Amino acid sequence: MNTVLVSLVSMGSLAALFALGLAVAGRVFSVETDPKVDAVEEVLPGVNCGGCGFAGCRAFAEAVSSGKAPTNGCPVGGARVAKLVAEILGVEAAAPVRRVAQVLCKGGLEEAKQRGDYDGPKDCRLAHATQGGDKACAYGCLGYGSCVKACAFDAMYMSDNGLPVVVEENCTACGKCVEACPRDIIILVPEEQGVHIRCRNLDPGRFIRQVCSVGCIACQRCVKTCPTGAIYMQDNLARIDYDKCTNCRKCVEVCPMKTIVWQEGKPLVLEKAAVS
Amino acid sequence: MNLFLLFLSALLVNNFVLVRFLGTCPFMGVSKDVDSAFGMGVATTFVLVVSAAVTWLIEHFILGPLSIPFMQTTAFILVIAALVQLVEMFLHKTSPGLYKAMGIFLPLITTNCCILGLAIMSVQNAYNFIEAVVFGLGAGLGFTLALVLMAGIREELRFADIPEPMLGAPIAFICAGLLSLAFSGFAGLI
Repeated sequence: MNTVLVSLVSMGSLAALFALGLAVAGRVFSVETDPKVDAVEEVLPGVNCGGCGFAGCRAFAEAVSSGKAPTNGCPVGGARVAKLVAEILGVEAAAPVRRVAQVLCKGGLEEAKQRGDYDGPKDCRLAHATQGGDKACAYGCLGYGSCVKACAFDAMYMSDNGLPVVVEENCTACGKCVEACPRDIIILVPEEQGVHIRCRNLDPGRFIRQVCSVGCIACQRCVKTCPTGAIYMQDNLARIDYDKCTNCRKCVEVCPMKTIVWQEGKPLVLEKAAVS
Repeated sequence: MNLFLLFLSALLVNNFVLVRFLGTCPFMGVSKDVDSAFGMGVATTFVLVVSAAVTWLIEHFILGPLSIPFMQTTAFILVIAALVQLVEMFLHKTSPGLYKAMGIFLPLITTNCCILGLAIMSVQNAYNFIEAVVFGLGAGLGFTLALVLMAGIREELRFADIPEPMLGAPIAFICAGLLSLAFSGFAGLI
């Protein structure tokens, strides 16, 4: 009985002593946090992907609470989270435009020529840094899948032809793949856009024919065909202005190299405000 | 026992992680990059040294005189939990970056078995106060060394051409095993 009592009293007083010490320490080391920031962080997805441009969800919550970021700044959470965040902060929610990643290269193993063997680590950035890798095209996809490895949402995979494919339902436009690609082949585009010029090569057409069967040869037929003036030439490459493109698909038909593609399942007509 | 030998023994020959296999949870969990591994090592070292001192005092001035040695585990866990809380508060206030980097593994120092193991071992080996503290310091630095070495290896692993089924944890475990094997080479040091 005595032992039990001694144990209880000694351990109890020890615990009380530590509790007191921690209470004092809690006062001394207390960190003031904004309750709004905590509430915003609560509704964010919490994957800390950095897609908003801030270092994790907590940093975004801090930025959005102090007005440095828009309420729809979280691409992963989408409209639902934007609404919740706006409610917490008591402001109007801005409607977010859902964007998805697009791969601007069609030159896979079949279409694009190799110019040698590359035996180094299977990483696009390292291959790119090693004399530009094994692809004959200095602008095309290297095919080592650094973008796929960077994707945290299972929204990308490598096709058998050695090109990354985007699973648009899973894409959150976090931009990790865009960062991972050493050749800037991946861009983020509004989901509704279905016409894409899948080439990044800036060389003149005759060089492109030597290295790739689907590269842009800068023939300008698409530029002349486009009814809305959405396609323009710059540095030997046709480029598309997504603000003007109405998904009319006329350029897809005339492109001799089949560089311009139409994605099935996208809206056939897009209403675009006339751009002067 | 020579203090230096005791220190060296805890640091290398009987390294807590790689030879005694204590505290392997943070060893695998916080060894993804060298910076946070080092921070984790320093935080654990702090807890190890202070808890070695406090548990020695409790063992010799409370448990011993009251002849309740069976309360050892309870009392030691109490000390460790309180200390970890203190470290957490301190880090949150002084270094939010490190606090964020260590995340959940910071409060988990409480359940890091190398801390309780160290406290119990220093009682079993009947160390005096100075020896217990030196033992704690050696163990803490040994823990930091193991973590930083492992983190360095894992940073290099990212660019290695590893077969698909071995990616992630499997290859990390193999590296940990090889590291442990290497540390067994220190056995002849003392």
